[in-house]
Amino acid sequence: MSGELLLTFAVGLLAATLRVATPLLYATIGEVLTERAGILNLGIEGIMFLGAFVGFAAAAQAVEAGLAGHLWVGLAAAVLAGVLMGLLMAFLTVTLGLNQHVSGLGITLLATALSLYGFRLVFGESSVLPSIEPFGQFSVFGDLPVLGPIFRQYGLTYLAFLVLVPLSWWVLYRSTFGLNIRAVGENPEAADAAGVSVFRVRYAAVILGAALMAVGGAFLSLAQLGAFSPGLIAGRGWVCIALVIFARWDPVRAMWGALLFGGVFALQLRLQTLGLELPFEAFLALPYLVTIGVLALAGRQVEYPGAYLKPYRRE
Amino acid sequence: MDTSRSASVPAVEMRGIVKRFQDVVANDRVDFTLLPGEIHALLGENGAGKTTLMRILYGLYHADQGEIWVRGQPATIRSPKDAIARGIGMVTQHFALVPPLTVAENVILGHTSGIRVDLAEARRRVAAAAQRLRIPVDPGARVRDLSVGERQRVEILKALYRGAQVLILDEPTAVLVPQEVEALFASLRRLRDSGLSVVFISHKLHEVMALCDRVTVLRQGRVVGTVSVAETDRNTLARMMVGRLIQPVSRPAHPAGHRVLLRLDRLSARDDRGLLAVKEVSLAVRAGEILGLAGVSGNGQTELAQVLDGTRPAESGRVLVDGQEVPTGDPVALMAAGIGRIPEDRHESVVAELTVAENMVLEHLDEFVRNGTLDREAIHRHAARLIQQYQIRARPEDPIRTLSGGNMQKVILARVLERAPKVLVVAQPTRGLDVGATEYVRGKLVEQRERGAAILLISEDLDEILELSDRIAVIYEGHIVAILSGEEADPERLGLLMSGAALRAEARPPGGM
Repeated sequence: MSGELLLTFAVGLLAATLRVATPLLYATIGEVLTERAGILNLGIEGIMFLGAFVGFAAAAQAVEAGLAGHLWVGLAAAVLAGVLMGLLMAFLTVTLGLNQHVSGLGITLLATALSLYGFRLVFGESSVLPSIEPFGQFSVFGDLPVLGPIFRQYGLTYLAFLVLVPLSWWVLYRSTFGLNIRAVGENPEAADAAGVSVFRVRYAAVILGAALMAVGGAFLSLAQLGAFSPGLIAGRGWVCIALVIFARWDPVRAMWGALLFGGVFALQLRLQTLGLELPFEAFLALPYLVTIGVLALAGRQVEYPGAYLKPYRRE
Repeated sequence: MDTSRSASVPAVEMRGIVKRFQDVVANDRVDFTLLPGEIHALLGENGAGKTTLMRILYGLYHADQGEIWVRGQPATIRSPKDAIARGIGMVTQHFALVPPLTVAENVILGHTSGIRVDLAEARRRVAAAAQRLRIPVDPGARVRDLSVGERQRVEILKALYRGAQVLILDEPTAVLVPQEVEALFASLRRLRDSGLSVVFISHKLHEVMALCDRVTVLRQGRVVGTVSVAETDRNTLARMMVGRLIQPVSRPAHPAGHRVLLRLDRLSARDDRGLLAVKEVSLAVRAGEILGLAGVSGNGQTELAQVLDGTRPAESGRVLVDGQEVPTGDPVALMAAGIGRIPEDRHESVVAELTVAENMVLEHLDEFVRNGTLDREAIHRHAARLIQQYQIRARPEDPIRTLSGGNMQKVILARVLERAPKVLVVAQPTRGLDVGATEYVRGKLVEQRERGAAILLISEDLDEILELSDRIAVIYEGHIVAILSGEEADPERLGLLMSGAALRAEARPPGGM
């Protein structure tokens, strides 16, 4: 490969990496905030799926109704869907104190089924996959030579890397809410005794986290694809669960994790086109294998939040 | 003038407090009055209702009946937040601290206003408060890196930082070495003299006598009486507390045998984090001897006990029972060699869902098999006999989780002593037990000593160590730093050794002073 070709390849890879990492980043940071409060939300896969569907369906309806800004309608609807699912998850695990694994998996099943059912209801069984005009890509730096493609991204990607990561770091480590989240996730008895409402903080963290997961899902249908299909999420939610552990519950490390996974994913897409004699499934599996490998290496001696998985009850 | 008026109004008044848990009455029409500027002891056995009463005052429990008055005003306290707002702070037995957070973050937790936390400002204010109250702590340190004594200071600072005028301390000395206890008492006296009211929950008579101004004694949820410390003595308080005279365990002097039944030879072991926690420990325990192992929690005792009960392999070194080397990390081999084990966490040495009878035979199921199945009748008979012999208040078919701590400990004791082991490894045998059960367990240990067993007693309760041991070894950071005879040991000396102070003094280069 010539130097110029290599550069083009690298730039393209990096641009794709950022795109692939975006939905993971929203959902992973959502899960980080949730788990920091002591709750594992395995509803993540379903909530992402529901976010993708509700966002898409609302946007499509808005187009039909002739509303301007259909994508924003879609995004708002996805956030609302995430909030509702978060509310349900919080009710099950915080108020009722049920097993978090079972509650989360139940929510994934529920949200997935709701999405598929809703899709049939809204769009019927047409043979053509319905689609909308998705969010466009733009560059805040105008058209740069050579490196240009890296900065031609969706607004949601900019928002994720430039706003969400620093903001969630600040919230977690510099705000009252973040201090309360860390306290209720480490030692709810102590937080309670200090006058922090464990109930309220956990509800807020779970709901906020679920809203971010839904935005992550909606990114796929509203920006990347402009369409919705049953295989849309394809286990991304589960990858995020692994990324949270890789990130050791830190938003900045979550970004590196999302980029790593995004990079491998983007790379395997390119490897598929090289014409190697391997079934394409082998390439598709690559990012997931890397996830498992990284987790096996980085996830061995991690310190989980002290009250992880533990419902809180005053005695 | 102002002071004389405030002196007549109690800081806190609790009237007719009733609190029930299911069918147990934890507080039965309790009246309690705390005056401004006094240290008031709440004295009683475990389960007498002291902590319950104070948890009600702090809003962690809700009373079923009764009223609370704070500085002459009726008060409804629904949560700790309400209590803090009325100037009441509490340091619970399990510290209410968040270990990964810094001291400053812990102090301001729940006490922040606005969206943003100004960490630098918080640190400054906490440092200023620490200096003003003369409670030395580093606001920037992470709580997880602090010693137990330092954590306790953070707790006290936290309460006072929030403007507490009433400070409740729940058994604050249980986790401290004697020198730290003295420092704590000095701080409390100083704070009292500046007008703070302190509730000191304890079951240790000498501490109450040394520190407090007045005492309220609780027994089985009821107030036995409130007396001034100046007008009472230890015996009177003891009688009020238990309703009878306590007989200290009598330990007839008898010379230990010569045979070494348990020998540890340069034994080392790692903790869960992979760090060396037991470092080349060599000990010998003779037949008919109780060797006490004293130390502040977290100095390797737990890991040593686990090596000896087979749940943790040794890193290096040997364990010999009656001269024979036994492989570590193998509970069956250790038991077969004649080691009987009373582990630190009694809940971990029983299976909560199984019955008393089943737990009693758990370690020797092979002996209760007939025709390839368990002989339930034999198991039941065996249990019935032990229950009677060890005065256990339970039926063989009761699930063991329904038993009180004392009765559960008796089941474990029965299971072990029944085998007449050559060696007993006993860790924290009376932790959390009431006076009666404690007396019983200690009596049994002395009985075993007379039978000729070699007993290694690992305990963080210095009184227990001093009362029972023929010799006392002190462990500090995984090393045995001293072995004293029972006669030469006293709390001050042990305290110094346990805190590593003696070690530091010796480590100083000669002529360096």
